[in-house]
Amino acid sequence: MLYAAIVFLPLLGAIAAGLFGRLIGVRASQLVTCLALTLSGVLATYGLYETAVVGPDKQQIVLFTWIVSGDFDVSWTLRIDTLTAVMLFTVTVISSIIHWYSIGYMAHDPHIPRFFAYLSLFTFAMLMLVTADNFLQLYFGWEGVGLCSYFLIGFWYDRPSANAAAIKAFVVNRVGDFGFALGIMAVFFTFNSINFDTVFAGAPAVAGKTFEFLGAEYDILTVTTLLLFIGAMGKSAQVPLHTWLPDAMEGPTPVSALIHAATMVTAGVFLVARCSPLFEYAPTTLAFVTVIGAFTAFFAATVGLVQNDIKRVIAYSTCSQLGYMFFACGVGAYSVAIFHLFTHAFFKALLFLGSGSVIHGFSDEQDMRRMGGVWRKMPVTYAVMWVGSLALAGVPFFAGYYSKDLIIESAFAAGTEVGYLAFYLGVGAALLTAFYSWRLLFMTFHGPTRAHHEVYEHVHESPKIMTVPLLLLAVGALFAGVAGYDAFVGDGRAAFWREAILVLPGRDVIEAAHHVPLWVKLLPIAIALAGIALAWQFYIRRTELPGALAKTHADLYTFLLNKWYFDELYDAIFVRPTKFLGRLLWHGGDGRIIDGFGPNGIAQVVIQLARRASLLQTGYLYHYAFAMLIGVAVLVTWLFTRTGGGAP
Amino acid sequence: MSWPLLSLTTFLPLVGVVFLLLINGEKEVVERNARWVALWTTIATFAISLLLWINFDPTTPEFQFVEKAPWIAEGVNYHMGVDGISMLFVILTTFLMPICILASWKAIETRVREYMIAFLVMETMMVGVFCALDFVVFYVFFEGGLIPMFLIIGVWGGARRVYSTFKFFLYTLIGSVLLLVALIYLYLQTGTTDIPTLMKAGLDPDVQRWLWLAFMASFAVKVPMWPVHTWLPDAHVEAPTAGSVILAGVLLKMGGYGLIRFSIPMLPDASVEFAPWVFAFSIIAIVYTSLVALMQEDMKKLIAYASVAHMGFVTIGAFTFTQQGIEGGLFQMLSHGLISGALFLSVGVVYDRLHTREIARYGGLVHRMPMYAFVFMVFTLANAGLPGTSGFVGEFLSLIGAFQVSSWVALLATTGIILGAAYSLWLYRRVVFGQLTKPDLKTMTDLSPREIAIFAPLVATVILFGFYPDPLLNVMHASVENLLQQHQAALAQTRVALAIP
Repeated sequence: MLYAAIVFLPLLGAIAAGLFGRLIGVRASQLVTCLALTLSGVLATYGLYETAVVGPDKQQIVLFTWIVSGDFDVSWTLRIDTLTAVMLFTVTVISSIIHWYSIGYMAHDPHIPRFFAYLSLFTFAMLMLVTADNFLQLYFGWEGVGLCSYFLIGFWYDRPSANAAAIKAFVVNRVGDFGFALGIMAVFFTFNSINFDTVFAGAPAVAGKTFEFLGAEYDILTVTTLLLFIGAMGKSAQVPLHTWLPDAMEGPTPVSALIHAATMVTAGVFLVARCSPLFEYAPTTLAFVTVIGAFTAFFAATVGLVQNDIKRVIAYSTCSQLGYMFFACGVGAYSVAIFHLFTHAFFKALLFLGSGSVIHGFSDEQDMRRMGGVWRKMPVTYAVMWVGSLALAGVPFFAGYYSKDLIIESAFAAGTEVGYLAFYLGVGAALLTAFYSWRLLFMTFHGPTRAHHEVYEHVHESPKIMTVPLLLLAVGALFAGVAGYDAFVGDGRAAFWREAILVLPGRDVIEAAHHVPLWVKLLPIAIALAGIALAWQFYIRRTELPGALAKTHADLYTFLLNKWYFDELYDAIFVRPTKFLGRLLWHGGDGRIIDGFGPNGIAQVVIQLARRASLLQTGYLYHYAFAMLIGVAVLVTWLFTRTGGGAP
Repeated sequence: MSWPLLSLTTFLPLVGVVFLLLINGEKEVVERNARWVALWTTIATFAISLLLWINFDPTTPEFQFVEKAPWIAEGVNYHMGVDGISMLFVILTTFLMPICILASWKAIETRVREYMIAFLVMETMMVGVFCALDFVVFYVFFEGGLIPMFLIIGVWGGARRVYSTFKFFLYTLIGSVLLLVALIYLYLQTGTTDIPTLMKAGLDPDVQRWLWLAFMASFAVKVPMWPVHTWLPDAHVEAPTAGSVILAGVLLKMGGYGLIRFSIPMLPDASVEFAPWVFAFSIIAIVYTSLVALMQEDMKKLIAYASVAHMGFVTIGAFTFTQQGIEGGLFQMLSHGLISGALFLSVGVVYDRLHTREIARYGGLVHRMPMYAFVFMVFTLANAGLPGTSGFVGEFLSLIGAFQVSSWVALLATTGIILGAAYSLWLYRRVVFGQLTKPDLKTMTDLSPREIAIFAPLVATVILFGFYPDPLLNVMHASVENLLQQHQAALAQTRVALAIP
């Protein structure tokens, strides 16, 4: 009951606001969704305590049958273990804070009930995802969050750019889902079931065995996990399926916070952690995950350096932080990845909502080149942005410090080649992260203002409905790390996770990570501080430096500014050829070849014949009907004549 | 002996036709009465057909509600009956019929009585196809159903209706002739046209090959499979809305039904032999027509091409000879009947208001028609196969079946889910989203109560069977299982026969 309530309360809120929003009015729509989610969050907090501290290892609550066909047997079931409980807590708490904040942020929008309905529905889809007991329900939640992100990114449906971004998000996600769906099929093919318990129990037995895939023999679990990971790459915006995430900024800011912190992008990390009993037996896949994660962490950080849209900077930082989580999974530190997911949720939601407060203050300006000089005017926002940035950069004793440093240490401790690669790219990305975070702070709040005079005069602190949620998140960004450390990744971790995450014996990198050399522990801190200092040098002390550098390294600058040209590349090799092929097949294939030689060709002949027989005037139509009747008549007559001539 | 439920369901619409013929008086009175008579007839038929579902025993693969009476010759009887494969198609037909009549309420203004007669005759024919247990009975209904369809497109259709009807006719004619030849040959060989008997006939594999191709000629056109699909977009474009609904919702299903009812059980060896070809053509259908759908400028054409792609999953599923594949194929047909029907109805709503199907003429409808936007969104997502809609279940089961046979087939067919999302959402965006700038769109009104009555049952079923498809799948299990067992047994027999020369 408790867990069903956690999952379905947001759905009820969404239905109330979405279908009956016009009936019950704006205020009631806001309240019903916010209260439903808050209640859900309170229950989830208790649920985390019950599951992780006192309760059983795992509960399964069967709701009803979904699809049954032969051996394929899937039910709607809620699976509750520590991993799920952590996700339930994170998602509902962050989401409810975002709900309350949205009351203030969206106050002047004409479609408030619809907005709140989408927010709650989005949360519901994510909750279905994390409580899934089988791959198909996971896929339901998976597509569900994709759908809701489509709705929310395209919330302002008048804007062509919002519509384009929404479709892009959905379709790029579908590319990932393509892999995920094939992964599910491969799971069923191998295990004859897609229920987690059966599949995970069967994994050791098929480890190292091969099957035929696309005409060649491959290791079963490697192929399966790779396919599943393609899904994770799409949902969690890993290179090369990351292109939708920055465009998703077209949605209202609370949506960005929801997508980046609680719902959606964390789903890929959750998937890998959930499937740790499969991934553990697929070392090749894990190496691949590590490389993709490490590369994304670094790549996204480089792009974040030069973006001027405040939300875009934070968006790329999410992309980068997800990369960290993935390479943590790749080296076997799943629980550290989830820990980072947990702390990241707080400070990323904080950064987004904080930037929303800034945008609000600047009368909907998002370009940091037209901001600056306002830190005295919005002290709360300014303070919480500092907290968020300190946590993001991993400065000691803020939330991110506990999780991110441990990820970097785990990569080092893994002792593998890809582990070291991830370690160095991770350290490099940490420098860049610190740099762009303070670049953002300095450009937004410091220096002489570059805003228009009228806009500047207008700049104000946001109302309490927005600042209180910010302060709550700031508390999380300050203390989530220290509070969770022992249970998630410290000495209490075995008792905390129990069977929710599997790490094969002898591969416990977390233990090793606690005993890495001192320089490995100190390096990330030092490099973060260096990044901050560098940003100060560039954007406070010698403000002419960035422009000069952009000029001297113009090629590099445009390369980064254009996000490594991924969008242009995809447009050239996927979008345009697809359209071309579509047109070609339509006019050439259907029109000229099939119809040309088929019906039209025959039609020509028939019309010629008909003209000769001067039957044209009587109209075709009844002839067709008539010819049909003749066909039937011929058959019946023939049968009659046969029986007349003796039984067959 | 209880009521002959199947004959009742099949021929009740003809009783309505008699009433329609008896109506006379002022033109307006005739038209109004004709509409109401047709509506009540179809509702009554639907109500009676529900008795079939209620009294259906899903635990047995046997044919139920069987009726048998001597007919034109020995071995050729009036034989009716339904099993888990056919029963739901009867329900689908009777379910869509009242919706079609309602959708034609205002759209049809000329020769209303004749129009309603054509629809009711067609209902008899379509129900008969799914109930027939004798090949001749089947053939009569199968071909007979086309005549009212030709008339509906040809008389009440759009500007290029004659060309479309001709194309439709030409394709189906070739198929029909070959099916007729095959039917006559079967009768000569076995002395019967009784379907259950023919299923156990154990024909020579060489003979099977020719018969299979002849069957395929007819069924492939109906499905339609690539490359004999080009009649469909034209027929849809010209047909009135309700005609499109029936065409997409029921007539196309006859093809897939024929493959599962006839080709697979009667010609097991040939079916296995040709399965790779079916896969190849189905994959081409999915990829090719999805790409073509993406570039369409006419709403109805886009949905028509999407239909061809969706039917590709049916043919793939059917020829995997797995429980999931065949049930997936059957489910996909039922679900597509609802979804594509609903999509054509959605196009009909705006067509009735603006009289154009050109996508570029629309845009920003959400501002004036929020309810319509919601309804159309549900069907767009179902068309894209979103989990939680009925569109997902069939597609995914077919793919599950396909993967067990060949990962290549599964991989290539799965690309359909990417393209499906692309063309569905792009259509929606161009019609519903964006700014409302075009002057003639500014007077558009949202759904009327009649239109709500049309869409409500469709929205409900598409979502219900997405979350809880069990009522449908449960009906199929026993019959599909039996079909597969018979199929395996037949294959084994051939192997034994070949081993003993």
